[in-house]
Amino acid sequence: MAAEQPTTAAGRAHLFRPNQVLRGSLGGIFIVLGLASIVLALGMLVYLVLDVVLRGAPWLDWQFLTSFDSRFPARAGILAALAGTGLMMAMTLALALPIGVMAAIYLEEYARESWLKSFIQINISNLAGVPSIIYGLLGLTIFVRQLGLGRSILAGAMTMALLVLPVIVVATQEALRAVPSSIRDASLALGATKSQTIWHHVLPQAVPGILTGNILAASRAIGETAPLVTIGALTFVPFTPQSIMDRFTVLPIQIFNWTSKPQAEFHDLAAAGIVVLLAVLLTMNSIAIVLRQRAGGGRRR
Amino acid sequence: MVRVSDTSATDGVLGGLMPDLRPSISSPRGVDRPDGRDEIVDPVIEVDHLDLWYGRKHAVGDVSLSFARKQVTALIGPSGCGKSTLLRCINRMNDLIPGVRVQGAIRVDGANIYDRSIDPVEVRRTIGMVFQKPNPFPKSIYENVAFGARINGYRGNMDELVERALRQAALWDEVKGDLKKSGLALSGGQQQRLCIARTIAVNPDIVLMDEPTSALDPIASQRIEDLIRELAEEFTIVIVTHNLQQAARVSDRTAFMLASEDGVGRLVEYGRTDEFFTNPKDDRTEAYITGRFG
Repeated sequence: MAAEQPTTAAGRAHLFRPNQVLRGSLGGIFIVLGLASIVLALGMLVYLVLDVVLRGAPWLDWQFLTSFDSRFPARAGILAALAGTGLMMAMTLALALPIGVMAAIYLEEYARESWLKSFIQINISNLAGVPSIIYGLLGLTIFVRQLGLGRSILAGAMTMALLVLPVIVVATQEALRAVPSSIRDASLALGATKSQTIWHHVLPQAVPGILTGNILAASRAIGETAPLVTIGALTFVPFTPQSIMDRFTVLPIQIFNWTSKPQAEFHDLAAAGIVVLLAVLLTMNSIAIVLRQRAGGGRRR
Repeated sequence: MVRVSDTSATDGVLGGLMPDLRPSISSPRGVDRPDGRDEIVDPVIEVDHLDLWYGRKHAVGDVSLSFARKQVTALIGPSGCGKSTLLRCINRMNDLIPGVRVQGAIRVDGANIYDRSIDPVEVRRTIGMVFQKPNPFPKSIYENVAFGARINGYRGNMDELVERALRQAALWDEVKGDLKKSGLALSGGQQQRLCIARTIAVNPDIVLMDEPTSALDPIASQRIEDLIRELAEEFTIVIVTHNLQQAARVSDRTAFMLASEDGVGRLVEYGRTDEFFTNPKDDRTEAYITGRFG
């Protein structure tokens, strides 16, 4: 038997130590720490963006967007890189999206639980973390050399597609998993086959999630330089790609090229190039948001 | 079991719309035997020594019972007694759960739906299901009803089919102005009636209902109960319910299931609803319907 317990509420009051002051101030410190972290992170970003924009802005004009690279900073432009990046992204997604989505559908909806499925699943997650230069080496070996595609934009896009595939598969799987099973049950109970259920109900509901995953993947790919350097993208390209077998350059390679030149004017050109790259990225993200809202808007009205 | 839907069969659906043609509720199709127990003369579903396991867990043990054509049969019992599991066996929805094993037979119009030659997809068209929580597709009201008919190759006039199904589910007057509205914009009771409309639009023989009113308020539940009585003119209905009053109100026959100490759900008592509630044969049934447990 422990010491006698007081029987009234007032009698038990001395057993509590509310310590309001200490707990309150700890909460305050917590808020301040959180706020400081945001200010630090955002502050660095704002500083970076401001610096780039201020340095690049004077060079940003129509001439910059519509000219090819040149030895003379005043005549140098970003057209080849912009066209290369645009075409590359379109081809990368055209290759990776159907393959990635189909793979995710199979893994999520059809594959039975087994050690093989777990093994594949773990390795897809691992692949998403593999350094991009490894994909470059793979692309160089298989696409450029074995398949004989040369240092073409097609070989580049196929390499990039490999790079983004794990991201697309994982994002699509998550989107499919988020579709409630009650919808699947409802469709199957009407005599729909599994593929009809997926096609008519599961996939449409997963579209916003799949889109987000794809845009994230594209955002990753658009800034990648290493794999393309590895497969041999050019740094000086005085033409826009005319076919998918042409040689090419992309924005980050062009930017890298300019920053490695000695003249200060080229460094400012690089800043202008970064502004263009950021603008392309933001445009893509906004398109994703619009598409998501449109796809999600049909749900509830 | 496998039958081709023809238009003459769907035309008959309209007959169910006339409430005045309803025979009185208290005439279940059966023959009274001298000992007071009745016999189902025209069973549509015969469950024959059915056992079911979820992995290693034995969930349903040796259940045998028959369901009478165009009657409402209620399955009652406390949580975990296997009544929903049994219901989901009848249209093979349990196949979708990994690790489920079924032994025994369920014959629908004489054909064992667990026979290897039977395609569960076809089983599910002729045996529809309404779920516990209303689950309309996130599409328009029209599309909700039309989907099942479309995938099952319905060749008739879709507008007519949608209207007929919605009328039969007592929803038409509330939604006829805006069939393009999302099914999710309806109230809970309306959503459940939409799910019923969707189910009967594919012209099933049997409609299974898994606690269809447990997520609804009393007024919405009452409308669903009235609807169940009307639908019994046209369809064989099996309803799982937690609500004993509901079972007594809507069903012609009631089956009581109970999990024994080993966790296996078994059939305890089955009979005409009026006798079941007024004169239960088994002590456990009496204890359950008088509220002593469950």
